[in-house]
Amino acid sequence: SSARPLQRLSIVLLRKVNVRDALNQAMDEELERDEKVFLLGEEVAQYDGAYKVSRGLWKKYGDKRIIDTPITEMGFAGIAVGAAFAGLRPICEFMTWNFSMQAIDQVINSAAKTYYMSAGAQPVPIVFRGPNGSSAGVAAQHSQCFAAWYGHCPGLKVVSPWNSEDARGLLKAAIRDNNPVVFLENELMYGVPFDLSEEVMHKDFVLPIGKAKVERQGTHITLVSHSRCVGFCLDAAAVLAKEGVECEVVNLRTIRPLDVETIEASVMKTGHLVTVEGGWPQYGVGAEICARIMEGPAFNYLDAPAVRVTGVDIPMPYAKILEDHSVPQIKDIIFTVKKVLNM
Amino acid sequence: MQKMLTLISNVYRLGNASKNVGARMVLSTRFFTDFTPQASFDIKKCELHRLEAGPSETAVLTREQGLQYYRTMQTMRRMELKADQLYKQKIIRGFCHLYDGQEACAMGIEAGINPTDHLITAYRAHGYTFTRGVCVREIMAELTGRRGGVAKGKGGSMHMYAKHFYGGNGIVGAQGQIFESFNMAALWKLPCIFICENNKFGMGTSVERSSASTDYFKRGDYIPGIKVDGMDVLCVREAIKFAADYCRAGKGPIVMELETYRYHGHSMSDPGVSYRSREEIQEVRSKSDPITMLKERMLSNNMASVEEIKEIDVDIRKVIEDAAQFAISDPEPPLDELCNHIFANDLPMEVRGTNPWVKLKSVS
Repeated sequence: SSARPLQRLSIVLLRKVNVRDALNQAMDEELERDEKVFLLGEEVAQYDGAYKVSRGLWKKYGDKRIIDTPITEMGFAGIAVGAAFAGLRPICEFMTWNFSMQAIDQVINSAAKTYYMSAGAQPVPIVFRGPNGSSAGVAAQHSQCFAAWYGHCPGLKVVSPWNSEDARGLLKAAIRDNNPVVFLENELMYGVPFDLSEEVMHKDFVLPIGKAKVERQGTHITLVSHSRCVGFCLDAAAVLAKEGVECEVVNLRTIRPLDVETIEASVMKTGHLVTVEGGWPQYGVGAEICARIMEGPAFNYLDAPAVRVTGVDIPMPYAKILEDHSVPQIKDIIFTVKKVLNM
Repeated sequence: MQKMLTLISNVYRLGNASKNVGARMVLSTRFFTDFTPQASFDIKKCELHRLEAGPSETAVLTREQGLQYYRTMQTMRRMELKADQLYKQKIIRGFCHLYDGQEACAMGIEAGINPTDHLITAYRAHGYTFTRGVCVREIMAELTGRRGGVAKGKGGSMHMYAKHFYGGNGIVGAQGQIFESFNMAALWKLPCIFICENNKFGMGTSVERSSASTDYFKRGDYIPGIKVDGMDVLCVREAIKFAADYCRAGKGPIVMELETYRYHGHSMSDPGVSYRSREEIQEVRSKSDPITMLKERMLSNNMASVEEIKEIDVDIRKVIEDAAQFAISDPEPPLDELCNHIFANDLPMEVRGTNPWVKLKSVS
């Protein structure tokens, strides 16, 4: 028999970690690494977190680092920003991003704009985090996606992780960033497990804010998405692959600053673009991406108009059948891809 | 007909057993004339803030009122327990904040105000939805998200409305807003009663851990306040009557703190025992239950019979079962109504669906 070249055996150890635990571990490690980091919000301490994201942290770090606040968003967001001004590194949790509307003035006017207004004298190293977007049956006041609203504002970094690697790497990066970061989680992703490599589990693993990731290579069409919808895009891509359509799926990871270069490179390869988001269409994330593509070099490579798949332009209804039809489903993505490709 | 005649003759043989209870005849071994038509009860004196005099320390309760309050509170109680059951069966989904334990608050308030007064509350709203006039069927069908729900299935637990009832509201982080409201109400002498149902917890956080002062009835500062036993429907009624009179006399706003308790956790996803003990819950149930308190008052004062109460309970059970059946079997809202009710009094318009090729219709 012919000599076979020596094959290097590498064993990659993968650990199953769900998004909730990834966030928990990221905060735990950053709390340990830097004593200026602390977490405040409703039920984050003794209750272990409304969604258990901060489970065990109060027990480990105590009252000074994990702080239960009264139900008073404008108040505690203001306290958090003030703490950041004074040099601490707060993580301010909103039980859901819907409640941030009670405090939005602090996020925008006190946090986002201060470094600019002070001509660089006053940085604001704060992370605002919490679940964003629709959940299941929580109705109109608890289902809004805030990616577009916060993504609109200069001075804010806005991050929207999809899987556990995103959650872990981006949260650590956000905590280490000296700027205000709006960290948009997703309640329905909390319990979803993903395989994480040893490299990702390293305590200094961070992901760059402002860089998108190509989750799946493809040649026929580019799907750009963020958060939970990335998973739907991958599912749609799997179905379409059976019909010979190869989708390239781009996981934005960051809403602001938007990684338009990665999107452009992909569009210049595939010639077709569909954006997918859970939020409303008007003035949304997809609208911004389409505008940027129009204004940049990738426009000339488009073989068809870029199209957005979004939530339906209505407040979120409660009844299950209505709710299911208010958010983008996999079949909507497949339908849109075929329309764009003229199939 | 024969059965009817037998029934009527039985009644006449036993005496005039019923006053006018509608179409139903209450055949009991007790005669109506046996019952005490009304009684006067001593109620807990209310702590006062910036008030010389407070609500009456005695409450007159008629038999009719007593039965009505009992029926209403028991209906609320059974409705919430049914909701608990349906939630655990996953027929109700999303958020569900139950009111059991706090019935005397909603009932007492409704007993002391006019139907034309305006009421608004937060998310623990099923009780008020009922007292403000929405029937159990429509409440339950809203919880299950069906077209027969009071909000046609579009609102869910926290978003039910009625005439002069503005919900049901989901977001409450409004401590600052409360003080803004206090200021404007006092400044402009608005006839507004600010009511705090103090059930000792804000979700999982006790009042001691969230509030620099737990004397909520004093938090209006320059606005007078009353602290009320929220487990006693009569106490609540007398207090709200006093407060309503105060407002209607043009004296401005008033604050009321109702001391009450919720048996369930904050919501169905909160077991409610990580921040308080089961013993505490049991103690309140056995010593201060609002429905038991009313029932015992009526029975010990000969204002109702045990059988009568039992019959009311049986009747309520039927009402709840019927409502639950409706709530389970009623179909979900039709898809072609998905986009309705965006704007009021507007022409029909187009609404974008999940992609540009899906154009949906919206009518007012």
